[in-house]
Amino acid sequence: MIDKQADKQTAIVSGDEVFTHSAGRRLALYAAYAIAGLVAFIYVLNLAIGGTGSTGSTGAIDVENNSITIALRQEPPELDAGRATDAISHIVLAHVMEGLIAYDIDDNLTPGVAERWEIREDGATFWLREDSLWNDGVPVTAADFVFAWRRVVDPASASQYSFIMFPVKNAEAITNGELPPETLGVRAISDRILEVDFEQPTPYFEKLAAFLTYYPMRQDFFESTNGRYGADPDMMLYNGPYTVTEWVHGSTMRWVKNPLYWNDEKGFLDEIHTAYITEDVNAKLNLFKDGQIVDTHLMSPMLPEAMEKRWQIDRSMDGTVFFLEFNHRQERVTRNRNFRRAMQLAQDPAELVYKALKEPSYLPAVSLFPAWLKGVSASFLEEYPPVKHQMNLVRAREHLELARQELGIEEFPPLMLLTDSSPIGMLSAEYYQQLFLKNLGLEVRIDPQIFKQRLEKMRQGEFDLVMGGWGPDYNDVLTFGDLFSSWNLQNRGRYKSDEMDSWVRIAQSELDPRKRMDAFGEIQRLLYEDVVILPQYERGFSFVVDPRLKDFKRRSVGPEVDYNYAYIDGTKNSK
Amino acid sequence: MWSYLLKRLLQGILTVWFIATATFFAMHNVPGDPLSDERVMTAAIRANLEAKYGLDQPLMTQYLIYLRNISRGDFGISFTQENREVNDIIREHFPVSATLGILAVLFATVGGVLWGALTALYRNRLPDVLIMFLVILGISVPSFVVAALSQLSLVNLNDFFGRTILPVAGWGTVSHMLVPAMVLGLGTMAYLTRLMRSSMLEIVSSDYVRTAKSKGLPPERIFTRHQLRNAILPVVTVLGPSIAAITTGGFVVELVFAIPGLGRYFVEAVQQLDYTVIMGTTVFYGAFLVFMVILVDVLYVFIDPRVELN
Repeated sequence: MIDKQADKQTAIVSGDEVFTHSAGRRLALYAAYAIAGLVAFIYVLNLAIGGTGSTGSTGAIDVENNSITIALRQEPPELDAGRATDAISHIVLAHVMEGLIAYDIDDNLTPGVAERWEIREDGATFWLREDSLWNDGVPVTAADFVFAWRRVVDPASASQYSFIMFPVKNAEAITNGELPPETLGVRAISDRILEVDFEQPTPYFEKLAAFLTYYPMRQDFFESTNGRYGADPDMMLYNGPYTVTEWVHGSTMRWVKNPLYWNDEKGFLDEIHTAYITEDVNAKLNLFKDGQIVDTHLMSPMLPEAMEKRWQIDRSMDGTVFFLEFNHRQERVTRNRNFRRAMQLAQDPAELVYKALKEPSYLPAVSLFPAWLKGVSASFLEEYPPVKHQMNLVRAREHLELARQELGIEEFPPLMLLTDSSPIGMLSAEYYQQLFLKNLGLEVRIDPQIFKQRLEKMRQGEFDLVMGGWGPDYNDVLTFGDLFSSWNLQNRGRYKSDEMDSWVRIAQSELDPRKRMDAFGEIQRLLYEDVVILPQYERGFSFVVDPRLKDFKRRSVGPEVDYNYAYIDGTKNSK
Repeated sequence: MWSYLLKRLLQGILTVWFIATATFFAMHNVPGDPLSDERVMTAAIRANLEAKYGLDQPLMTQYLIYLRNISRGDFGISFTQENREVNDIIREHFPVSATLGILAVLFATVGGVLWGALTALYRNRLPDVLIMFLVILGISVPSFVVAALSQLSLVNLNDFFGRTILPVAGWGTVSHMLVPAMVLGLGTMAYLTRLMRSSMLEIVSSDYVRTAKSKGLPPERIFTRHQLRNAILPVVTVLGPSIAAITTGGFVVELVFAIPGLGRYFVEAVQQLDYTVIMGTTVFYGAFLVFMVILVDVLYVFIDPRVELN
């Protein structure tokens, strides 16, 4: 009986075994079909696509064709220079367009379309070169600048950067719709002579004229594009070292050497292929490792590997200065100067950078003005050294006590620290939170917000402290220097001081360079004495470039990466 | 059948309208707007921009204008890419996401069904344990990790052979698509494997399979006709939403592999509060999802003779 049952079970098991075996064979057959089907499908797909608009893989450097491959962080959103505002569009435009004045590889001003110029108290004159041509062979004339600039300030264009043209006479009134665009203070005396009238003396105008909002635009071409200027390569006109010949949106671009460009000192490559668009720094690093792109920037966790591979790591400042901005509005405790002084004395930017952030390319900020800014003849910070800051907890607590008396409160309310939600933003916020609790017994609450929401809270003044950063538009101290004037819209903490305002006015229009820089020196002193902000750090990037590529440039002002002067090792002499 | 289709279609349109309305008002209630930027604009410049985009109108007016425009299939112009129409963005980038998505779904389905059948067949034996372990990995490891790791392996692979076997990133040829599609389809493949396995196991012990066996039908026939065909039904059910999810959810893969798909535009638009692109992509994706669900319901008739459209 028992035996029989055991037999039966064995029979079932072995029956199942047979079934599994046959079914398994059938399954294997289906798997083979499926794989064959997939391969056939992929083959057909391959034929159908045929590699149009492909990223290709000629590698980072193609010596034979004198071309390089790069990656962009994003798709350039606006290639109409008069309306562009973002860093990526700026990169592209700086390679395919040229303004009156340009920057050379050492960040000095150098002639662009204008071969010489003169800045006076009431205006400026630019003499245009004869051999500057649009890529269809037509010369770039003074009228092209007049048309472009009128368009920028015209309310109908709604250009966000029209403010940068406000030093030109009537520009602001035109943008406000009070005057017609034709009244803008700019005239073409002849094809070769451009005359500008100022609203008020603007000694730094030559630096503005190098900015992309001031680039030229030809009327007949612009009108032929029916409002789609900049949307595609054939919807643009070029006068720079390169032209865009192919643009697959979101994917690839080709910048090809412009044979009509006048300057022999720029545009050595036959082609720059922007084959990848991705914000992912790890993906870019992988592309660099695979030899597909010529340069990439490195975050600090990547540095050990980079050093192990013996790459040559360079560092450059991206121009931006970060700082903690106080809310000076009436209802906030941060309006009290002794309170702000206490916080100032209880922190040290060097500690933030070296102990908390540990980004080797960051520099502790000693002032609102970054180290790379030029003064009268040398570095601004060397000519006007800021107050040497030292942490002093005894004095900090004295000032805190004074603040308590002045404000007439027993307990300080928790401070709201508004920050962006990036890892770096959170890291610094947590550092300050812990620091001010330990050193001053102040409770700091972190309010991390994504971009637009943070801006909205800044606008509404919903913060005691906000982490802010400022990047330069043009290479002059003023691009930072006027930030805390009472009329500057960027002054979101609403700091207001008559002394500050009067120094900013001098800095804006004083013609004597020494007196003008003195005013910036005073602004720097006032920022420290009044504790308007707490400087944090100057942002920098570690980056690595294929050693075969020479004279690649990363800039603090202007396009963040610049290939205009770049050439492949060994190719320049043969030219 | 036709009246059924018509009914479903009307329901679909209602659903899409609801999605559009909810998105519209949710979007406008997020603090900030597409025009706000690090650099504050003067009131006049801002007003000029608002007029250009019609943001100076009351919200209800904007909503009505918006509804009128989408009923004509016009999604407007992007805020961040100011000379591109949202229609162009969808037209140029959706095919990329779709191609990648189809390939990913193919990988996922073929893999899911085969692995699922295999694990069920060899239940609790080595192939089952091994595959189910991988399945749990596939479900729990997020795609950005898988994407980054597989990209790194590509670098090492190319480095090992000293030439480009498969490109590390980019788009344009099939070789660019293979790895991203596998990464994209991996989660779904794991999910389908599990689904297929449990569905198979349920059927193995069902009466009709036992009857078929006792009738002495050939195992191949039982396996194909009685087990596989029935077990595959739940897989087909989730396939529709899966196709939509894969095609729309490729943001991470598109970012890591520098692929110009629509998923990136979708996510970036939300971060930038690019109103027109948010609305355009949401409505488009919504309509796509609804369409896929209807399509699967119709396909059921052909797969399962018990189902009738009524």
